[in-house]
Amino acid sequence: MSELPDQGHFALFALPVRFRLDEAALGAAWRALQAQFHPDRAAHLSAVEQRRALQWATRINEAYNVLREPLARAAHLLELNGAPVDLERNVGADAEFLAQQMQWREALEDARSDANALAALAREIEDAAREQQDALARACDDQQDYAAAAQWLRRLHFTERIRAEIARFSSHRMTNGTAANC
Amino acid sequence: MALLQIAEPQDAAAPHQHRWALGIDLGTTHSLVAVVRNGAPECLPDEDGHCLLPSVVRYEADGAVRIGHEAAAQRGAIASVKRLMGRGYADIPNRESIALDLLEGDGMVRLHTAQGVKTPVEVSARILGALAERARASLGDDFVGAVITVPAYFDDAQRQATKDAARLAGIHVLRLLNEPTAAALAYGLDRAAEGVFAIYDLGGGTFDLSILRLSRGLFEVIATHGDSALGGDDFDHRIYCWMLEQARIAPPCPADIARMMRAARAAKEALTQDERARIALTLDSGEAIDLTLTRDTFFAMTSLLLEKTLASVRAALRDANLAANDIDGVVLVGGATRMPHVRRAVAEFFGKEPLVDLNPDQVVALGAARQANILAGNRDAHEDWLLLDVIPLSLGVEMLGGLAEKIIPRNATLPVARAQEFTTARDGQTAMSIHVVQGEREMVADCRSLARFELRGIPPMVAGAARIRVTFQVDADGLLTVRAREESTGVEANISVQPSYGLTDTEIADMLRASLAHAADDRDARALAEARLEGEQLLAATASAMAADGDLLSADERAAIDQHCAALTDAIAHAQDTVAVYHATEALASATEAFAARRMNRSIRRALAGKNIDELELPK
Repeated sequence: MSELPDQGHFALFALPVRFRLDEAALGAAWRALQAQFHPDRAAHLSAVEQRRALQWATRINEAYNVLREPLARAAHLLELNGAPVDLERNVGADAEFLAQQMQWREALEDARSDANALAALAREIEDAAREQQDALARACDDQQDYAAAAQWLRRLHFTERIRAEIARFSSHRMTNGTAANC
Repeated sequence: MALLQIAEPQDAAAPHQHRWALGIDLGTTHSLVAVVRNGAPECLPDEDGHCLLPSVVRYEADGAVRIGHEAAAQRGAIASVKRLMGRGYADIPNRESIALDLLEGDGMVRLHTAQGVKTPVEVSARILGALAERARASLGDDFVGAVITVPAYFDDAQRQATKDAARLAGIHVLRLLNEPTAAALAYGLDRAAEGVFAIYDLGGGTFDLSILRLSRGLFEVIATHGDSALGGDDFDHRIYCWMLEQARIAPPCPADIARMMRAARAAKEALTQDERARIALTLDSGEAIDLTLTRDTFFAMTSLLLEKTLASVRAALRDANLAANDIDGVVLVGGATRMPHVRRAVAEFFGKEPLVDLNPDQVVALGAARQANILAGNRDAHEDWLLLDVIPLSLGVEMLGGLAEKIIPRNATLPVARAQEFTTARDGQTAMSIHVVQGEREMVADCRSLARFELRGIPPMVAGAARIRVTFQVDADGLLTVRAREESTGVEANISVQPSYGLTDTEIADMLRASLAHAADDRDARALAEARLEGEQLLAATASAMAADGDLLSADERAAIDQHCAALTDAIAHAQDTVAVYHATEALASATEAFAARRMNRSIRRALAGKNIDELELPK
């Protein structure tokens, strides 16, 4: 896949390089490109062209998947700006947020048997995620402060993880409830 | 497309060059073949006017093979073979009621027949072959290939088995298409439907629920869920179990099991119309069964099966982030959706009457035929649409401690790829094994084992120094391929695949050799003809690309491409072996790689600057 557009995923869709995203524009650009490069468009052509269509459509989907996920989009943006963040590696040194993390973890343990408490915690964490995302957008787009952006990104990463845990937990409860009715 | 013709309607093949392409619904109970003729899809009937071919094969002791109606009513016929595709012996549900002579063993389950041991792939190939013959007879012409439908919830092994069956039957597969997606295509194109649709597809042996967003020119699958071992057969099986209980008979012999299953199916079908069904038969053992089954009893004994389908519906809605009342329309597909309580349950769940006005038996084949027609290059100005489908189940690799690490999440739009880096654990290690699984559970043991990929030829280095980049690519058929490369040396690792429940390439090659339809010299001649055609196609595409975008090339680059074109032209004209033509084609392909990428960039700019965006924008 040499010489494919390598100016980042934003350029592929002719979108401005920033965190705040026009989702409709991204969706429309993605569809316009797939309409042209999807393997179905090359199914009647030579094997070489089919192979290229597969590579290109894959590349277009990859870029789309990165841009539409706020976490992945922010990580990509930071990388383009020379401040890559490895989210899998814990750097610590965010004492303020660490206290928050521990408080949420405890709250989640306590809420396991209480559907109302779980819903309340889910709302609280959702609000926090929204605030973190706003802060991330300000740091990236308004202040170009990528060190601050990296910290907000790490926080958001944790918040999204605990959110996913809550969602998984709620859906387990639902499924188990269903089975019991039969 | 760049080096690829930009897909404009005028690029379509001229009308007199109509290329026939088939849509094949390879079903658990019945199979069908359809084709687009004069712009409209139609199912092709057999000589007696039947569109449905029973998916039944019987191998006779005298060497004959009977397929469809003439095999259906006979003892020892193989039915519902789709349930065995890409499956191991231990995976087969309700084994005792299948009335097939299955062999215990590792890998894909095999069957005893009067003509020796057969794989489900070979049996399915017979069904596909019969449909292909029917199509040739009906069209009076050959076809270029087929779109074959599979349940959306089929995993990689089941998809690969289906593709292998087509290969054995000598059918070029244009695409594997998910059944609910095919139904949505037929429905959406037929009714110009727009909005968010749920396709509830309960077939003979599989259940799928797909949620699609339909808008002008675009069919986008948002989420899919299902059960590849749940279908109308299971409703029959509940009646069979009820019969055993009620009639208090001794454990029946295989012939009696088959007889009782047929009676169960007949009762189920009768209950679609009637309030009660009488089940009366005499067994080989001399015992008589005479029972009356009421609708209420039948509905009660199958409510758990119905609830399983609704659990899938809820899961798909959750993945799509939608509520039941966000769905604009529900389309019922599959013969089993004729059961009144299925219809009622679906209507209650979504709070609206399901759409049943297309024939649920034919709609999948009709949709497949429409896609086949487009893929064969018969796109005309009135028909411009694109289908974006998803992978139904997450793909993962086995990590230390038997944990499955997800590499490609379910519901990702196809095609999709993900690269992962691995390293060596020992000094001088030159090989490693990667175990790929499919499923949502955290432990490998709870997921479906797809294959073990053995990487060889890793350059010897100290432990941890090698950086092996493994790329998992899932194509538009939903099939996985794996590539591996050592990054510091650029050495491509050699991969051999040991499928857990599939056939190896060697086994397929042996089967092809064994089948009379593929005599050796015939096969070589065909391979050479295909290689030549492939070369000619690339020459033509290169010529038209240079005519359109030659300004993207320097004089040197142009000269290099010309040289490779001349070499390929020469190879096509003179070379007698396939490999030489293949090498010349590959050489031209790599010589035009950079040019193709530049053309892609240019056409991206054009696509995004043009009005395509507005045209494809979803109505809000």
